[in-house]
Amino acid sequence: MTPLSRRLLLAAPFAAAALGGAGFYTALQRQRTGAYNPRGVPSALIGQAPPAFDLPPVPESGVEPFAAADLRGLGQPALVNFWASWCVPCVIEHPQLMALSRQGVPVFGIAYKDKPADSLTFLRRHGNPFRRLAQDVPGRVAIDWGVYGVPESYLLDAQGIIRWRYAGPITPEVLEQDLRILLARHAA
Amino acid sequence: MIAELGHFALALALVLALAQTILPLLGAELRNGRMMATAAPLALGQCLALASAFLCLMYAYAINDTTVANVVQNSHSAKPMLYKITGTWGNHEGSLILWVMILGICGAAVSTFGRDLPTALRARVLGVLGLISVGFLAFTIRTSNPFQRIWPPAPDGQGLNPILQDIGLAMHPPLLYLGYVGYAVTFAFAIAALIEGRVDAAWGRWVRPWSLAAWSFLTLGIALGSWWAYYELGWGGYWFWDPVENASLLPWLIGTALLHSAIVVEKREALKTWTILLAIIAFGMSLLGTFLVRSGVLNSVHSFANDPERGLFILGLLMFYLAGAFLLFAFRARAMIPTGIFAPVSREGAIVLNNLLVCCITAVVFVGTLWPLFADALFGTKVSVGPPFFNSASFPLVVPLLLAMAAGPLMPWKRAQFMPVVMKLWWVAVIGFAAFFVALLASGQKVLPAVGFAFAAWVIGAAFADIADRTALFRTNLGNAWNRAKGLPRAAWGAAIAHAGIGITAAGIAGMGLAQERLASLAPGQSTTLAGYEWRLEEVRDEVGPNWTARRATITLLRDGAVVRVMRPARRFFPLARQNTTEVAIHTNLIADLYAVIGEEDAASGRAVIRLHYNFLAPWIWLGAGIMALGGGLSLADRRVRVSAPNRATARATTGPRPA
Repeated sequence: MTPLSRRLLLAAPFAAAALGGAGFYTALQRQRTGAYNPRGVPSALIGQAPPAFDLPPVPESGVEPFAAADLRGLGQPALVNFWASWCVPCVIEHPQLMALSRQGVPVFGIAYKDKPADSLTFLRRHGNPFRRLAQDVPGRVAIDWGVYGVPESYLLDAQGIIRWRYAGPITPEVLEQDLRILLARHAA
Repeated sequence: MIAELGHFALALALVLALAQTILPLLGAELRNGRMMATAAPLALGQCLALASAFLCLMYAYAINDTTVANVVQNSHSAKPMLYKITGTWGNHEGSLILWVMILGICGAAVSTFGRDLPTALRARVLGVLGLISVGFLAFTIRTSNPFQRIWPPAPDGQGLNPILQDIGLAMHPPLLYLGYVGYAVTFAFAIAALIEGRVDAAWGRWVRPWSLAAWSFLTLGIALGSWWAYYELGWGGYWFWDPVENASLLPWLIGTALLHSAIVVEKREALKTWTILLAIIAFGMSLLGTFLVRSGVLNSVHSFANDPERGLFILGLLMFYLAGAFLLFAFRARAMIPTGIFAPVSREGAIVLNNLLVCCITAVVFVGTLWPLFADALFGTKVSVGPPFFNSASFPLVVPLLLAMAAGPLMPWKRAQFMPVVMKLWWVAVIGFAAFFVALLASGQKVLPAVGFAFAAWVIGAAFADIADRTALFRTNLGNAWNRAKGLPRAAWGAAIAHAGIGITAAGIAGMGLAQERLASLAPGQSTTLAGYEWRLEEVRDEVGPNWTARRATITLLRDGAVVRVMRPARRFFPLARQNTTEVAIHTNLIADLYAVIGEEDAASGRAVIRLHYNFLAPWIWLGAGIMALGGGLSLADRRVRVSAPNRATARATTGPRPA
């Protein structure tokens, strides 16, 4: 073995460790911003149109309900948000939904297994970010979507195809580091 | 007050560790005897400070001090005293303190028992141990202070995860940490050797006992964890290839390689660079395990706190120690000149083969464990790597390893020939084939378990053949063989016993391949059959414990109408944690475990779901691990180790080839 190749061989562990360290660092950063979640399960609906449904309104909310057809071809990306008044993380998430709504992003809300009166109280107290609002009291539609807890959000592109699913509250970090980028990417 | 004392003791330990790093390392460079002499007292002082901190935390747990945040988050007044105390290390912060305390104890041990070590080498080893302490103490104090107070005090604690309230948890982490931290000592020796630029037999003689001790403890720790999962989780399995289980297997595998290559360094002054590399990687793997458990980057049933910030700190430490060591290795490893030369077919050659195979298995486990992480980062795809991958990828590597480990000990050093080995082992091979065919017939043609039994017989038989050869059992009369057996070095006994332990574990694993299982819904008085036993559900009744309520079933186990055993599996409910745990009932006769779990009950019909397992040879899995550790312990008690390393001059004079 030549001295140079021996030297390179002896430096190989260092190179491997450095590479591994960089990899772990990336993983930690992505975990911090929510881009990587080891416990997350990807939605089977990514790249597909939402499942068919037609849901009733939340009475006295004054907001129109919606069906699967209403999500088709909006011409801009939209967010479908499953939430409930009894869900504490939904309170954390709410200001971000309000901000999105103010900026003109259509946010479709589905009140999941919630009493209509409680949903109303929640929206009166925290404000209504939803362009359309429906209720899913038995939680059947949520099953079709593959929702496994509230809050959970789905991003639809301009054609109405599901592009992204996020289980958990959309925190300011998730909004800035993920959702904004995705909204811009799917704007066309 | 006690908590503040503990906090102070931690800070004191950090300062002492800092001094223990700087003074001896600098002293060794400057050849300043007084500076080097500070190493031992500083290591002892650090050990005392860490033990005080640990005892302070334990006291806070024992009296359930609800002004300490860590106690509030992880304990409860209604918990039995035993679990209050073991709960000290049942959480992220407390387990870190345990980790550093064990490191302190190792440092103190090196300084106490290492009086015969060359002064500079001892100073450097203790300096590196001090540096490791500094990093982990800084991490503890900065991000994970267990003595954090809260005010006003909480009314009571939030309780400990019920599945951790078990005697298995009391023993599993300390044993595991003794193993992990033991590799910090071999790491320190490796770094010291790299700084000095030389490795000789005296070095090997010191590294081997530490790697043996670390390996033995790690073996016990892993076995205990696996046993705990077996009886506490109630799934009937013993190894799930969970990332955190794998994280403990990685240093064990590398440690196994290190253990063997250190023998070559000690006896033959060869494989020096390789042994140093293994010593660094073994500790690197321990640190990697720490990182994986505490950063939450992998999905696992374990995981302490999922805190990426803490993960970042540990990653920093991991990279500092590992990359630093490898950098040193890249520049200094060239200085290691092997003096012992050996032919490919020789004891050394067999150990190299062992190392290669073990490292390949390590690579399989490593890649399988981390692949989901990197697949997500590189390709954005979600994959999960499960038992099918690990089983099928490691099986072809384990087979040659088991084949070769039988032959290795029978080969002489330097140069060997195949024929004498074949002559010594042919009858073992015959037994192996016989075991294969018997198992195949008895199990109804299940090939893989039969292969497992064949190799188990092969490995155990070869361990016996090794001892028989050394004592000349078949060549002389029994009395003579007995005298020779008494005169055999304990290391030889230890090696044979540890190898036999592997065989016993292999038999247990093969036996679990024949395990039977039955799920039955029974009303009281009804019975079902499994593996020739009749299992009769007598009743299910309520039971109340200190911090739980339970439904306990009574199952009578009958064979041919005679009562064998009354089994009482239970399902506990912990109201505080709102969590259920299963209390498995296990009846063992050392040939098989009869294993019963009670599941859900149907109030309307009064039926209960009962899951029954007949786990053939299951106890042998852990029995074998215990025997492996026993072999390690016996080897540690060898005269060469007890008398401790002679100084370098005599070491050099006595390292010729030995009849072994």
